[in-house]
Amino acid sequence: MTSSCTTISFTLNGRAVEALVRNDETLLELLRREFGLYGARESCGQGVCGTCTVEVGGMPVSSCIYWAVQLDGAEVTTIEALSRDGALDPVQQAFIDAGGFQCGFCTPGMIMMCRVLLRDNPEPSDDEIRRWLSGSICRCGAYPEIINAVHAAAATLRDKSDAGR
Amino acid sequence: MTEIGRSRPVLEARSKVDGTADYVINHFRHRMLHAAIVRSTEPHADLAGIDPDAARASPGVHSVLTGQDVAQVIKDPYYGPAFHDQPILALDKVRYVGEPVALVLAEERHVAAAAAALVDVSYRGLKPVFDEVAASGEDAPLVHESLRPGAAFADLRHLAGVRGTNVALHTRLKHGDPDPAWDGGGGQVFEHEYRTQQVAHVPLEPHSAIAEFVGPDRLEVESSTQSPSFVRLELARLLGWRENQVRVIVPYLGGGFGAKLYMKLEAIATAAALIAGRPVSVAITMDEQFFTISRHATTTRIRSRVDETGKFLARAVEVYWNGGAYADIGPRVTQKSGFIAAGPYRIGAVAVDSHAVYTNRTPAGAMRGFGIPQMVFAHESHADEIAVATGLDPIELRRRNLLAEGDLHATGTRLESAATMEVLELLAAKMRWAEEIDRGSGTVRHGRGVAIGLKAVVTPTTSAATVSLAGDGSVTVRQGTVDMGQGSSTVMAVIAGQALGVPPEQIAILPPDTDATPYDMGTLGSRSTFHMGNAVLAAALDLKRQLMVLAAEVAGCSPADVSCSDGRVAGLTFEEIMTATHGARAGTVVGYGSYTPRSVAPDPKTGQSPAITPFWMVGGSGAEISVDVQTGRITVDRIVCVADAGVALNPDAARRQISGGVVMQLGMTLSEEMRYEDGQLINPGLGLYKVPTALDMPRDIDVCLIQHPHPAGPHGAKGIGETGTFAVSPAVANALADATGVRIRSLPLTAEKVLRGVYLRNGRSLR
Repeated sequence: MTSSCTTISFTLNGRAVEALVRNDETLLELLRREFGLYGARESCGQGVCGTCTVEVGGMPVSSCIYWAVQLDGAEVTTIEALSRDGALDPVQQAFIDAGGFQCGFCTPGMIMMCRVLLRDNPEPSDDEIRRWLSGSICRCGAYPEIINAVHAAAATLRDKSDAGR
Repeated sequence: MTEIGRSRPVLEARSKVDGTADYVINHFRHRMLHAAIVRSTEPHADLAGIDPDAARASPGVHSVLTGQDVAQVIKDPYYGPAFHDQPILALDKVRYVGEPVALVLAEERHVAAAAAALVDVSYRGLKPVFDEVAASGEDAPLVHESLRPGAAFADLRHLAGVRGTNVALHTRLKHGDPDPAWDGGGGQVFEHEYRTQQVAHVPLEPHSAIAEFVGPDRLEVESSTQSPSFVRLELARLLGWRENQVRVIVPYLGGGFGAKLYMKLEAIATAAALIAGRPVSVAITMDEQFFTISRHATTTRIRSRVDETGKFLARAVEVYWNGGAYADIGPRVTQKSGFIAAGPYRIGAVAVDSHAVYTNRTPAGAMRGFGIPQMVFAHESHADEIAVATGLDPIELRRRNLLAEGDLHATGTRLESAATMEVLELLAAKMRWAEEIDRGSGTVRHGRGVAIGLKAVVTPTTSAATVSLAGDGSVTVRQGTVDMGQGSSTVMAVIAGQALGVPPEQIAILPPDTDATPYDMGTLGSRSTFHMGNAVLAAALDLKRQLMVLAAEVAGCSPADVSCSDGRVAGLTFEEIMTATHGARAGTVVGYGSYTPRSVAPDPKTGQSPAITPFWMVGGSGAEISVDVQTGRITVDRIVCVADAGVALNPDAARRQISGGVVMQLGMTLSEEMRYEDGQLINPGLGLYKVPTALDMPRDIDVCLIQHPHPAGPHGAKGIGETGTFAVSPAVANALADATGVRIRSLPLTAEKVLRGVYLRNGRSLR
């Protein structure tokens, strides 16, 4: 099986990178193959479960159905960018404190979704959180704890932004 | 200071939020080939031929393997925990759509998957059978020509070579004298039939396995398995090797729920690695999981004689389990859940007939609850139907019949350390049962329902563990319970830490690796905290005894005079003991523990045993729902779940297990169903098969733990991983009947069924 390849340049977790990608390669495959980033994972393979969620240009995308060749010039953020200096992101910490996971397989995708929500909506209601996360499946059924985690993270982020004023 | 009963984050919490948690799909081996499975498109057919030429000719394809190729290197290539009935790749015939028929090996996963579509398989169709009751009939097409029980279970051996039936196992329970009870007259007889649907486990991490032969006589397998010891044993049996030649390594699991028990992909990966002479990875997709294993569909008929006070006098239950094409652990589900099919009630005369039936569907095996949710749906729906007919309040009916502490269960085992009555009363209180509710009169009606279930843990089983000390005094636990999100590693650290006076967060719990971790029967059936917990406790105490002897030598006193507290023995730190004993910061001290609870095998004719289980699990659920009678849609507003937990070692984690079980079972109550047309599964994958999302959550899930120390449990603990699933479905079905008067006797409770019921009740018909 042959497929043509393209060289792309993009920003990955704040770093300029270049990669030679097959034209039928997904962003998820690229992250795992070329960059050894395993936080985003394939589950449904159809873009409906949210397990592979990463940010492209500040928007959450399902990396299992996002072509890598589309990334040229884009800015990509994965779960690995959140805790590089040893400290956890407030959303990550809130997931630990609230027990917002069991097996942990969906968790990086879930956290990436929640960060985008909290950037746009610093004080979401239960209903807004449920609706926002309706494309992020947790088969262990940790939704009640996940919703608590989002509220807690929102409070922490609001405190931080107040303190910054 | 006690570590018991204090809620704490799981030890691996950080790795789960920062993306570094280790799963099999992150693993690679040098020269590893990727496999894609060619699956049967026929539900029941003779294999007429396999043409691999087009696939073989694809660039990047290494080889195409068939069942005949596997049979060249593995003499008897059939596997399974109860019956050795499943071929590694199909031989002669196929028995369900999705059965592995051939394997394409390639340098890349994509290439293998694309080439798999080019393998041309021809079939000669046979008459299939899909329904469990039809399949148990005498004229049904035969799925298997003869039964092939394995050696593991003594009570299955007599089935070897039995021909002419799809019933793999018929188990019986007979308690009291049912026949005269039926003739005895008095009261009323109720008879109903309930059905549950086939559902999928859907762990978000699809199963994967890597096999590599390391030298001529060593096999290494990395697998997302819940049962590493079993996989080692079964691979050794297939290869004709000793167990110590096979190593099974297990990182974290992205969910299991029973789907990853026993042998799944490991035999395919091993056979392929053996033939190819290279490491082979078999990583299936989400869609393929639906063609690998499932939960049994069931048909249950219950007949009860009830006196005028609502007391159950006699009960006969007949259960048919749709086991699909291969038995997997289905015969054990049939037996264990058959034992409790009459419900947690004091009934003078009980007869249960439970049938494991082969059909041409995806195989069914263990799934969270091991058949209990199906049985509880039947006996608790039945209980409410009796309550309605006799005019008794559903709580009061249960109160009059429920088994109490010390009562004899229908298996002949006494109910001990099982808070049945307390669960029921707390459930009633939490549901504010004494208060009337507004059922509404417009297009949205409200209702409430309760249900209660009982489970006996699988018996007899063994767990073993070691707890060892390094030269610097740090503690490492080697144990084979697989952490798939339930938080078992943390609980084992709590148990060992409490025994040794060491903070659990400083203890290392190694991932299961059969080269290093002692035997464990499997991570299943809510058995780990109790069984492995006892093994870890025994190992930690063994280590402590050895340290006391060593410390006494160092201190020059008698071991009897040595005291231990806060990680010190005779006032010495563990490191000081190690240094003084070995003349340097060196050496290893190992404590060992093994646990096998006492049990008595049930009588094969009557199912009676004085010791069927070391502990009982009790779970009660209450549901408050709203029903839109114009659309049939059910909204679950509130769920109460009361669980008898013994002592919860990590209470928040225990509550999460209960509520997670509730969420999962709600999906199986309202929406989930593996649907077939002409034997073809029409909704594999998450795009078509709908599991609960955050939008489907009730506003309130109220989890209540009843905590009384179990005398045989580690620090009083017992298993609770499945308890949340027991009673959810009938609680919702009973609430539906309460709200609308519509009784639905089959799961799931879809809007279509509800609307049809509402129409029929109003004297209207639907086409």
